[in-house]
Amino acid sequence: MKAAPFRYHAPRTLDEALSLLAGSPNARVLAGGQSLMPMLNMRVVAPDDLIDINEIQGLSYIRDESGEEGGEIAIGAMTRQRELEFSPLVAARLPLMAEAIRYVGHRQTRNRGTIGGSMCQLDPSAELPTVARAYDAVLVARSARGERRIAMAEFPAGYMTPSLEADEVLVEVRFAPWAIPHGTAFIEYARRHGDFAVVSAAAMLTLDAGGNIARLSLTLGGVGAAPLRLGEIERLLTGKKATVEAFATACARAGDIDALEDPHYPKWYRQRLAVALSKRALTAALKRASTG
Amino acid sequence: MSLAAEKAAPLRVVGTRARRVEDPALLAGRGRFVDDVRVEGVLHAAFLRSPHAHARIVSIDTSAARALPGIRAVFTARDILPALSRLRMPLGFPTKALPGNITPFVLCPEEVCYVGEALAMVVADSRHVAEDAVALIAVDYEDLPVLADCREALNPAAPKVRLEASDNVLTRFTIAYGDTAGVFARAAHVFSESLSTHRGGAHPIEGRGAVAQFDQTGALTIWSSTQMSHDLKFMLADMLDLAEDRIRVVAPDVGGGFGAKFVIYPEEIAVAAAARLTGRPVKWIEDRGEHFIASIQEREQYWDVEIAADAGGKILGLRGRMIHDQGAYTPQGINCPYNASTAVTGPYKVPAYSLDVFVAQTNKVPTIPVRGAGYPEAAFVIERMVDRIALELGIDRAEVRLRNLVPAAEMPYEKPLKIRAGVPVILDSGDYPACQKKVLDAIDYAGFRARQAAARREGRHIGLGFAHGVKGTGRGPFESGTVRVSPSGRISVYTGALAMGQGLHTALAQICAEQLGVGEGDIDVISGDTSYVSLGLGGFASRQTVTAGSSVHLAAIAVRDKAIKLGAQMLEAAEVDLELRDGSVFVKGTDRAVALSEVARVLRGVPGYALPPGMEAGLEASFHWRTEVLAYAHSFHACEVEVDVETGNVRILRYVALQDSGRLINPMIVEGQIHGGITHGIGNALFEFMGYDSEGQPYTATFADYLLPAAVEVPKFEILFHESPSPLNPLGVKGVGEGGTVPVAPTIMSAIDDALTPWGVRVTAAPISPVRLLELIEAGAHKA
Amino acid sequence: MDIRDIKVRVNGVEHACRVETRVNLADFLRHELGLTGTHVGCEHGVCGACTVLVDGHSVRACLMLAAQADGKKVVTVEGLTPEGGLSPLQQSFWDKHGLQCGYCTPGVLVSLTELLETNASPTEAEVREVLSGHLCRCTGYQNIVAAAMDAAGQLRAGKAGKAK
Repeated sequence: MKAAPFRYHAPRTLDEALSLLAGSPNARVLAGGQSLMPMLNMRVVAPDDLIDINEIQGLSYIRDESGEEGGEIAIGAMTRQRELEFSPLVAARLPLMAEAIRYVGHRQTRNRGTIGGSMCQLDPSAELPTVARAYDAVLVARSARGERRIAMAEFPAGYMTPSLEADEVLVEVRFAPWAIPHGTAFIEYARRHGDFAVVSAAAMLTLDAGGNIARLSLTLGGVGAAPLRLGEIERLLTGKKATVEAFATACARAGDIDALEDPHYPKWYRQRLAVALSKRALTAALKRASTG
Repeated sequence: MSLAAEKAAPLRVVGTRARRVEDPALLAGRGRFVDDVRVEGVLHAAFLRSPHAHARIVSIDTSAARALPGIRAVFTARDILPALSRLRMPLGFPTKALPGNITPFVLCPEEVCYVGEALAMVVADSRHVAEDAVALIAVDYEDLPVLADCREALNPAAPKVRLEASDNVLTRFTIAYGDTAGVFARAAHVFSESLSTHRGGAHPIEGRGAVAQFDQTGALTIWSSTQMSHDLKFMLADMLDLAEDRIRVVAPDVGGGFGAKFVIYPEEIAVAAAARLTGRPVKWIEDRGEHFIASIQEREQYWDVEIAADAGGKILGLRGRMIHDQGAYTPQGINCPYNASTAVTGPYKVPAYSLDVFVAQTNKVPTIPVRGAGYPEAAFVIERMVDRIALELGIDRAEVRLRNLVPAAEMPYEKPLKIRAGVPVILDSGDYPACQKKVLDAIDYAGFRARQAAARREGRHIGLGFAHGVKGTGRGPFESGTVRVSPSGRISVYTGALAMGQGLHTALAQICAEQLGVGEGDIDVISGDTSYVSLGLGGFASRQTVTAGSSVHLAAIAVRDKAIKLGAQMLEAAEVDLELRDGSVFVKGTDRAVALSEVARVLRGVPGYALPPGMEAGLEASFHWRTEVLAYAHSFHACEVEVDVETGNVRILRYVALQDSGRLINPMIVEGQIHGGITHGIGNALFEFMGYDSEGQPYTATFADYLLPAAVEVPKFEILFHESPSPLNPLGVKGVGEGGTVPVAPTIMSAIDDALTPWGVRVTAAPISPVRLLELIEAGAHKA
Repeated sequence: MDIRDIKVRVNGVEHACRVETRVNLADFLRHELGLTGTHVGCEHGVCGACTVLVDGHSVRACLMLAAQADGKKVVTVEGLTPEGGLSPLQQSFWDKHGLQCGYCTPGVLVSLTELLETNASPTEAEVREVLSGHLCRCTGYQNIVAAAMDAAGQLRAGKAGKAK
C-alpha cells in the first residue's frame, strides 16, 4: 500500500503554507499524519501537493489567555496530543480534555497526532471534536485573506468535512474553561482500548449552593457526522435537583436521536449507547462536582 | 526407542524451560524475513485485483501501464501463460473425489470470482511505481450475479459462483454411524439448534511474500514466507516445467503462519514465472490490504443439529446438517469441513451420529484451515449442545459432561469415525474427567454462585463457562529429520519442517541434544530449505513436534549409537561402558574420551584408506518417521466474564486453561503456544468478523474494522498441564500449536449465557458482537 | 519523481540521503539504510510493527514520510542493541519467552524502551496500556508483559547496584 506520487512541500512559515494552499487545486495539509498517511497509503486520497506544516514554528502551544473576566485557553493547532496529555494547565483548567485524551488512539499515535489534525479530520468517532463541542470551542482559521473565527457548532460542514475554505488552515483552537469547581466526565464505549469510540458522552456540570444544576454541557460523539450537543436534556436538567432519577428520565430522550447507521452498528444500538453513556457521564460528573 | 522406556536417567534437556535459540537474532532485529532478503537487481511486483465479486473480463488494456517509466513488464493471463505449464494451479491435496476445474488460476483469464482475485501483474523498479501502473490498467468488466451466502448455494435457482461450475455445492458427503433414526425416535429428549461460526482471517503480522531468482544455468531459487517449502518446490516443478533438483525453496524467518501460508498460492507461481519472463529476479510482498482479500480465510459454517439425550443427560445421538463456506475456489481440498464433521463428537461418547455436509462455494476468497482447521467449529457445536442438555434438564453443566466424557479407563478409545487417511479416530490417551475437575477446582467453580449473587446485588452480571476441546495432532504421513555431526564438531539438524515462530528449532535442538550429550545451544537447526532435505511436508495441523521431533529423535539416537560403536573401537572399551557428554564419547567414570568431531573426521574418510571395520561413512542419520494416525491432544478451559448489559460489552475477568499434549519438550514454549492459541480463540469468540455484504464486497478490510485481540482486552491466562504421553510416537508427545484455540469460543459463550440467565440468553453464533448481545438481552427482557 | 535531500541521524549515525518524497520512514530505514529490523505489518498505523523512536518518542514509521525525518534523530531496534550482546530489556524477553515469530518484537521493544525511560516501576496494567498499540498474533501478550516487568525490575536493581 504505497502512496501515489505528490509534490511535497515543507514550508517554514504559515504565509508560505497559505500561499501554497491557495495556489494548488488539489492539495492536502499534512499535520500529525495519523489520519492522512493511512489514507495516502491506501490511495483513498491522492493530492497533487502535500503541504507539510510540521516545520512551521509558532503553531504548537498551550496558552492561558483566560482571566477574571473569562477568556480562553488557546491551543495551537499543531500541538501534539501528547502535549495535551501531559500538560498541567490542561489537567487543571480543562479536565474534560485531560480525561478524554487518554482515549485518543495510543501513545504511539498521540506522539505525532495533533489537535488540529483531529479537528479537521472530523471523524464522527473521534474524541477531541466531541470535547471541543462540549466546551463550545472556537476554531481559528487563517488564509492569505486573513483570519476567521468559527464556533465549533458551525465547524462540521458534513461527514468528515470541516467548513474550511480550500485556502484555509486551522491554526488554533480556543477553549473557555469552566469555573472551578465543576464536575466533568468523558465516558466512551470502544471495542478495544484505543479504538475510536462507538459512542462517547462528555458531561460537564456545576452545582449551585442548593445542589441544583447551575450549568450543564452534555455532548455525544459517534452518533452523527458532527458531535451532538444534547441541548434539550441540558435545558431539562438545568435548575433541577441532580438525581439519578432525573438523569434517567432526561437521558431517555437521547434514545430518539437520529443516529448514524453503518454495517457494524445499527442506529438503534447507537441510540441505546447514547442513553446509557449520557447517564453514566452525568452520574460521574455529578460525583466529581460534589467532591470538587 | 521411546524416550520413556530407554532412558533410566532423568531427562537432561527435554522437558526443560530452555531459552530459545531463535531469540537473540530476532531480538536484535537481525531476523531475515522475506522482505529482508536482498537480491541484486530485483524487480518489484504488484497485482491488479478484482474489485468485483463476480464479473466477466470483457477487455484489459495495459498500454497505459506499460508506458509508465520504471515499468518492466505487465502480465495478463495470456502474457504469463508462455512461462507456465498451464494457467490453473494443481490441487493441494490431490484426490479424484472432487470435480476438476476448482483450483485458482495463476492469473484469472476470463471470469473473476471474488474481490481480490488477481488478473494482472506489474513488474517494476519499485513497488510504488508498480502500484502506480496497476492503477492505470483499464479493465472492462461485465457484472455477473453474486452468490455471497453459502446457504444460498443449496438453492438450485441461485446464481453460479463460477460459470464453469455445474453446481455451487462443490461436494456433499455424509458422516454417520449407529442407528440415529432409531435413537432419535426413542429418545426421552431431543433438542435442536442452529449454530454458526463466521469467517475470519489468519493475519500473521507478517503477510505473505516471495522472491524468485533464476541463475545463469536456469536454476531457480525462491524465498517464500511459507509453511510448506517442499510443496512449493513440487508445484513450481510442475507449473514451470522445471526439474525438481533445479529448484531451491528457502523459507526465511516466517513472521507467523496460522494457516495463511499453509497452501501454495498463485502469486508464488506468478513471481517465478515473471522472473523467467523478465530475466530478472522478482519480489512480491503482500500488504495488509491484500491479505484481507486474497489470503485464505476460514471458520464459516452453519450447523443445524439435533441432540438426543436420556433423562439423565446422557447423549444418545447427534445428527444434522452442516454447510461449509468454501469460497470461490478450492486450492487445497475439503480437509476443513471433513475435520469438523469428524471431530464434533469431541471427548464424548456419542452412540449414534449422522451429519450431512455440504461444501458450498461462494464468491469470496477461498477457504483452507486457519489455526484449528475445523476443530474450533466442531467444539463450538458440541459444547453448546451439551450446555443445552444441561439447561433443559436442569443438570449442572459440569455433571452432564462427566456423564458423557470418555473415561480414562477406556483409553485408547476408538470412535466409529475415520480421519482422511482412512484410519479410525482413536483417542490415544488422556484423562478428560480429571482435567475437568482440576480446572474447575482452580477457578473455584463451587464458590461461583455466591460470587455471582454478590455481583448481581451490585448490578454486575458475571458468568462462568467452560468447554472441552480435542484436537487431532501429529498429522502424517511423515516429516524428515537428519542429524549430522561434521568433522568440525558442529552438530546440525536438517528438516523439512517449517518454523513460523513456534520455537521449532529449539524443540528439535532439545530433542537432539538429549541424545548427544550436549546443550540445545550447541545444535544448529536448518528448516524449510529444500536443498538440505529432499522430502518434507511442512508446518500445519500441530504436527511437527510429533513428526519432525520423532524423526530427529530417532536420527539422533542412530548418530549416538554410531558414535558409541566407533568410540568403543577408538577407546578400546566396551560400548556399554561409554556415554556421550559435553561433545565427546567418554568412558564412564573416567576422563578418557574421544571428541565427536574426531569420530566424525574418521568417518569422513581419507582417500585410499579403509574406514574402520563395520562402520558406514559419515556421522549422520536420516529418518522419515511414519504415522497414519493422529495423537489427540486435549484442552479444557474455564473462564469468568462480566457482561455490561447496557452496551453488550464482554470483559474476560479470569481464564484458566488446561492442556494435555503429552510429554512437553519445552514447557515454556508450550505455554506460549497456548497463550497465543487462546488469544486467537478470543478473537473468534468476540472480535473477528470478516464481513462481506450481499454483493460479496468485504467491508472489514483494515485493522480498524477487523479487530484482533489486543493487550488490554486479553486477560492473564492461568495455564495448567496434564501430561498423558501418547503411545503413538517415540517421544510421547502431542501437538499444541492449535489446541489453545479449539475450546475458547464455547467457553466464553457458556460464560456469557451464565451471566445473562435472567434474560435467558443463549449464544449460538460466533463471534458474538455487543450489538447482537444487546438484541438477545432485549428479546429476553420482553419474554420475561 | 519528487525528490528531497535529507539529513537524518539514525542510531547515532548521520546519513545524508536523497529520498522520493512519498516513501515512508519505515521503507526508508529498511531499504535505503538496510536496517531491516523495523518491520512493516499493515501500513495504516494500527499494528505497531514499524514503531521507532523519533527524537525520543515512539512513532509509527509507516505514518511518517522519510522526508519528515530530516534533521531528526531516529532510533530503531538495531540502535537498542548493544554491540555483541543484548540490552537488559532484550535479555528479559529472552528469559521470559517474550517473542515467538519475532515480527512484532522490534516495535514492541521500542515502545517498552520509551515506557521504561519515563516509568521505572510500571504496573502490569500500564505495560498492557502501552502494548495496546501493538498487535501480536503469536504470544497472547502475557509473556511480553512478564518480560517488561522483569526488565523493569532488572533495570531498577541495576541502578540500585550502580548507586552503591
